[in-house]
Amino acid sequence: MKNTNGYYGEWGGAFIPEVLFETFKEFNAAFTEVKADPSFWQEYCDLMGTYSCRPTPLTHAENLSRIFGGAQIYIKREDLNHTGAHKANNVMGQGLLVKRMAKTRVIAETGAGQHGVATATMAAKFGFDCTIYMGEEDVMRQRPNVFWMEKLGAEVIPVTSGSKTLKDAINAAFRDWVTNMDNTHYVMGTVCGPHPFPEVVAWFQSIIGIEAKEQILKQFGKLPAKVYACVGGGSNAMGIFQGFLDSRHVELIGVEAGGKGIATGQHAARLAESGGSAGVAQGYKTMFLQDEDGQMKDTHSVAAGLDYVGVSPILTDLWQNGRVRFDSATDDEVMAALEKTMRKEGIIPALESSHAFVSAFKEAGQLQPDEAIIINMSGRGDKDIFTIANAFNDPSWKKFIIERGKEYASS
Amino acid sequence: MHLRDSITNSLKQKEILLMTHIVLGYPSFEDNRRVVEQMVANGVDLIEMQIPFSEPVADGPVIIKANQDSLTSGTKVKDCLDFAREMCAQHPIPFLFMTYYNIVFKYGLKRFLSKAEQIGIKGLIIPDLPPEEGQEYLSLAKEHSISAIQIFAPTSTEERMQTLSSHADGFIYCVARRGVTGSQTSFDKEFNNYIDRCKANTELPLAVGFGISDKNDVEELRGKAEIAVIGSATIRLVDSEGPEAVGPFIKGLR
Ligand SMILES: Cc1ncc(COP(=O)(O)O)c(C=O)c1O
Repeated sequence: MKNTNGYYGEWGGAFIPEVLFETFKEFNAAFTEVKADPSFWQEYCDLMGTYSCRPTPLTHAENLSRIFGGAQIYIKREDLNHTGAHKANNVMGQGLLVKRMAKTRVIAETGAGQHGVATATMAAKFGFDCTIYMGEEDVMRQRPNVFWMEKLGAEVIPVTSGSKTLKDAINAAFRDWVTNMDNTHYVMGTVCGPHPFPEVVAWFQSIIGIEAKEQILKQFGKLPAKVYACVGGGSNAMGIFQGFLDSRHVELIGVEAGGKGIATGQHAARLAESGGSAGVAQGYKTMFLQDEDGQMKDTHSVAAGLDYVGVSPILTDLWQNGRVRFDSATDDEVMAALEKTMRKEGIIPALESSHAFVSAFKEAGQLQPDEAIIINMSGRGDKDIFTIANAFNDPSWKKFIIERGKEYASS
Repeated sequence: MHLRDSITNSLKQKEILLMTHIVLGYPSFEDNRRVVEQMVANGVDLIEMQIPFSEPVADGPVIIKANQDSLTSGTKVKDCLDFAREMCAQHPIPFLFMTYYNIVFKYGLKRFLSKAEQIGIKGLIIPDLPPEEGQEYLSLAKEHSISAIQIFAPTSTEERMQTLSSHADGFIYCVARRGVTGSQTSFDKEFNNYIDRCKANTELPLAVGFGISDKNDVEELRGKAEIAVIGSATIRLVDSEGPEAVGPFIKGLR
């Protein structure tokens, strides 16, 4: 993961409007300082240990391992983080940075809402004002998270431009930032955006990989053969991969949203099926899903958090160099893997995380029982109750919603 | 003629020049045509033509919507280039392209710049391409005699203005305030200080934009800047009153 002036190979950079130049300089300086200061990392680990349930466990999925009859399946439980996803790692880290930079307001974009909830939580704890931008489409898909953000004291602004999803929320957050950079920090939610965001987010998320490596060595006695993670922007993937990047024989697999199937065009696979092409948008250079003119395409995934046109420049570099393999999982496969994981292990992964389970389940049988694989479970699925209930077409849930609706209507 | 020379010539006759902004394909190329005609007939000195992009991060609501509607109605980069060729051939003022970097990158830097030169475009404004990221772009622009416009912001330090200035050509685009295009700018002491700093750090003419929308605003800039940039205001006008309202509006600005 070599970074030369904000570039990972040919990917990355800082394509920012002039008005933010000084803001980025200050941000870069603050980050460089804390990165070189071991007491900062210690402060971060202490905070995550007392506020966010770290280290998160590594669970041996014995039933699933038996069913697939191959590798021992281990699940890294980022769902047990405070607020239910890996997003907390990045957000609390950036919160500590904001304190150092003496800013008083944070803004963030959110797709699934997990990053928004995590940011709102952090803002509440640290006493920052907080505004969250969220595509109107995602506001509808992830209503429970909007409720929580608002109750935590954040203002949630539905974004009505573009495709009304994550990429548009990112644009809106940048627009806010160019007006309010003096007192405001933009808490980017994933390993994307202009330098140094990819590096900052990757650094805070590396806590996942550091723990996972230690845990698998202790619990299984050797490194895993493969590590799977879903990839929206790529932060949970980068987080766990960093524990194994230097162990060349550990295969790293990123799983993108195959949506309704790559052939339908309704997906968010930028690397897996060569759906993307090189471009520069939202402040950085990476592979984007775009047309021949360079206009960003609409994406689709049952998981709002994977529904994004770009992907981390760090992952694009690792993909180009063959260090990370990319795969995709369709919405239907995701629902099946989710159901299986619930029934067999009593664990409810987020729809995003379930993508990683799909690929792991497909490949576990090709390995031997004395080998292990790790699935990074980026978040818990209870936020997805509306989408999941819909997909399962659950009659009693529908009845409950209708009755609740009637109650509200008549009150 | 090189952009800088056209500006110098025009400044012999007028104290302040007007640069307007249109989004290509919005509401339609036919309307663009009528709008440009009226702009030129009523004394606009330069026109920046925005090639729409799906992610216009530096723009405010009016221009975002124009970008989006243009793309929804099917505007392609090729249509924009064809239209620009027609405008450059028809009207005697300098035309510039404004767009985001991905449009140029995807088209191919070299290919785009030689195409722009061929068409007769005099300058290029790319708000998301700082000189650090645009080395190749800057040298290709020079090669093709196209001014790669540099942008000053109120947050730019003296040192930064010097850096930008060393890459600059044609004129400097001074963003009048923090934020995105479209909302009002106040001409206070802070603004005047900023303009003074801009002047002190470049030899080039200054174009001031973001929130310049009426005669008063243009009046405020007289003696401070060489070019007043009218952006969202004419788009709003076309939206509410149609392309025919642009002529009288421009006439009333000076
Ligand atoms: C639970 C969960 N997993 C994964 C993601 C995808 O993001 P990333 O690829 O940055 O980990 C999200 C994003 O919202 C999420 O909420």
